Amino acid sequence: MSSTISTTEEEEDLWGGGNKPFRASYGKLMMWFFIVSDALTFSGFLVAYGFSRFKNIDSWPIADEVFNHFPFLHGVDAPMYYVALMTFVLIFSSVTMVLAVDAGHHMQRDKVTFYMALTIIGGAVFVGSQAWEWKNFIKGEYGAVETTGGQIYQFVYKDNPRKRIGLEEIAYEIPDERLQHESKKGVWFYDEPNLPSFTIEEIITGFNSNSDIVIKTEKIDKKGHKIILSREESLEQINQAKYVVEGANLIRNEYGNRLFADFFFFITGFHGFHVFSGVVINIIIFFNVLVGTYERRGHYEMVEKVGLYWHFVDLVWVFVFTFFYLV
Amino acid sequence: MENSTHKLEIFRGFLKFKSNQTKIWGVLIFLSIVTVIEVVLGIVKPEILMHTFLGAKIINWIFIILTLVKAYYIAWDFMHLRDETNGLQVSIVITLLFLIAYLVFILLVEGNYIYDVMYEGFVSWNF
Repeated sequence: MSSTISTTEEEEDLWGGGNKPFRASYGKLMMWFFIVSDALTFSGFLVAYGFSRFKNIDSWPIADEVFNHFPFLHGVDAPMYYVALMTFVLIFSSVTMVLAVDAGHHMQRDKVTFYMALTIIGGAVFVGSQAWEWKNFIKGEYGAVETTGGQIYQFVYKDNPRKRIGLEEIAYEIPDERLQHESKKGVWFYDEPNLPSFTIEEIITGFNSNSDIVIKTEKIDKKGHKIILSREESLEQINQAKYVVEGANLIRNEYGNRLFADFFFFITGFHGFHVFSGVVINIIIFFNVLVGTYERRGHYEMVEKVGLYWHFVDLVWVFVFTFFYLV
Repeated sequence: MENSTHKLEIFRGFLKFKSNQTKIWGVLIFLSIVTVIEVVLGIVKPEILMHTFLGAKIINWIFIILTLVKAYYIAWDFMHLRDETNGLQVSIVITLLFLIAYLVFILLVEGNYIYDVMYEGFVSWNF
């Protein structure tokens, strides 16, 4: 009797419905469809980053010089440590997620609840860390000047080229008054943009009077270090400076090539948005576990599906980490 | 339950775990070790790895390979691809590998070409 039943199951009715392609449920397959297409979106972003980097291979900012902050270590050069920490947070929350999925297979509701809660906390910590990273990136630390041609000049000590100098140490204060724009003096809908802390004249004057300071260009030499000009060259080049740049926005940034900040905002922002939505979905699933939805349904496949998404977010971060911070 | 059975071997059977939980912790340890290696290499930047090989520095090749290794274990063990049918594994991996490799190839070659044009052209980009 049992053999008869098993043979009818093997000769499955392909057109009768109720089949499971790849022996995976509908929901899981659709999650995989989404993940594959989303992976292509991210690879599009990362490859575009690679394109721009190859296009500006001799002047791309060095990630170690940009992302060197660590909480409570102010002014200490700590490249990579913070992103490494973020990576561990995300991998760890991936582990708690997969433990939740595993507990779900065994129908252990309390364990699923516990591990889902840990996963949510991990995700929140990661998003918070990314916000802190963005804050540092946008605020900037030292400031730089930009030439008409869009080159960024940073300032370092002549004797110690590794140590950068902030604009506030260079600037020679020239007293002037900022005039308030009034509608009677011109077109009323012009707004007043935020001015940098120093004018370009103050920077150039201060630079010329302090012989310890030289310019660090954005060009990279053969060994992969930024080219630092001599004092004479610096005096010549400083006159090219047209803008004072502090921090980063979508137009210009103090770290170097303009595209660098754009890609930073778009790629880590897109990924951070994924983490954020992952946390929100995790919270929804968490409450469903709490009220016993999946207990009544008889299986915890929803946890597994949201787990797939969560691991995918972790997977993407592994690539962002490599291509933005390491390579 | 379709997934009540897990394959508990990693490294092609070199390591076999007793339960799915221990396998998860084992994979976590492995991923952590790989990440630590990456971070240490990124901070130390050994001079010997800074030579160019096949268009990129050796250290960058190491980073990329380690990343792919990590991606493999996240997909295979955390996303349970190891327990899925061969057909599903292949449809996911081949699709991504082919499309991404193509995209990478075409855009990086193009980026390199544009760099050459800008570098060797008669227009100064630093004015």
